[in-house]
Amino acid sequence: MNDEMMDDEEGGGGEVKTFLYVNRKAPYGTIYALESLEVVLIGAAFEQDVTMLFIDDGVYQIKKGQDTASIEMKNFSPTYRALEMYDVEKLYVDRDSLEERGLTEDDLIVPVEVMDTAQIQDLMESQDVILSF
Amino acid sequence: MKFSIQVNEGPYTHQASDTAYQFTKAALEKGHEIFRVFFYHDGVNNGTRLTTPPQDDRNIVQRWTQLGEQYDLDLVVCVAAAQRRGIADADEAKRNGKDANNIAPGFRISGLGQLIEAGIQAERLVVFGD
Amino acid sequence: MLHTVNKSPFDRNTLDTCLRLAKKGSVILLIEDGVYAAMQGTRVESEMKQALEDHDVYVLGPDLKARGMDESKVVDGIQTVDYGGFVDLAVANGPVQAWL
Repeated sequence: MNDEMMDDEEGGGGEVKTFLYVNRKAPYGTIYALESLEVVLIGAAFEQDVTMLFIDDGVYQIKKGQDTASIEMKNFSPTYRALEMYDVEKLYVDRDSLEERGLTEDDLIVPVEVMDTAQIQDLMESQDVILSF
Repeated sequence: MKFSIQVNEGPYTHQASDTAYQFTKAALEKGHEIFRVFFYHDGVNNGTRLTTPPQDDRNIVQRWTQLGEQYDLDLVVCVAAAQRRGIADADEAKRNGKDANNIAPGFRISGLGQLIEAGIQAERLVVFGD
Repeated sequence: MLHTVNKSPFDRNTLDTCLRLAKKGSVILLIEDGVYAAMQGTRVESEMKQALEDHDVYVLGPDLKARGMDESKVVDGIQTVDYGGFVDLAVANGPVQAWL
């Protein structure tokens, strides 16, 4: 059976592109963190090559210990732990953004790869489609 | 070249929808193809037919409808974002027990998969937001 | 790659982050409130001049005009384009990254 016959309806031609989701905004103050995560989850069905990148206040999205009871909003941070099940495993964090905020990898809810500026420059250049929120 | 456009903000509050419109129009006038315009986050609010903006300023919703008609564009409003913000077509309204619908002509409501597909099928995805 | 920046450098850190993470050789376009960064005599002028060493930098003319910014007072080396030029930049420079 050749690959073309295995085209799934969603994928549209069996083409695989690299998709980069750029997350620069803190959670809860605005909806972008939550709704961008929803795109990632739905997008998983399309079996593209997905990378999530957390820069600036985006690193706060994956901060441990979020407790939203008093603001009465849904705590969606556990969803980042489920990404693995959706084959989204490339989670990269900007080192400068972490340091600027006094955070380390230990403060984060999921395992990530911390990248420096040069690595992120190269990462971005390598992507086909970049989604910003 | 084949473009897809993502609009993250609603009409008037941010310039995003205006810039997206001007870009889309310029691309079409140059003979490029627009695969889809996908409205996400507050961008779904570009798809309500109930706006009554001041007469002496541009009518953002109508402008999208008209461009859509002129060039047979696929203007898609994300269903999840629309449900959160109260944008519905007749089917959605019925399905969710609402007593009215408000989708503007030329727009259709569909899933987030349409955004991913827009990214896969186009050669360029251009995002307009805050 | 084409990077677009749509916020004023005095309002958000978007421009700073974009300039730090945009690889040498990529193209930068200032749009909407981002056009203020293109003007001479601002706190970010030296940052923009430095950016020009590694990037072609453009500014969206319609947004300059709208804001009463004098195109002749744009930092030397930054080129002004209209919406058609924006489209051409997107076509010529590969994926577009919108810094929001």
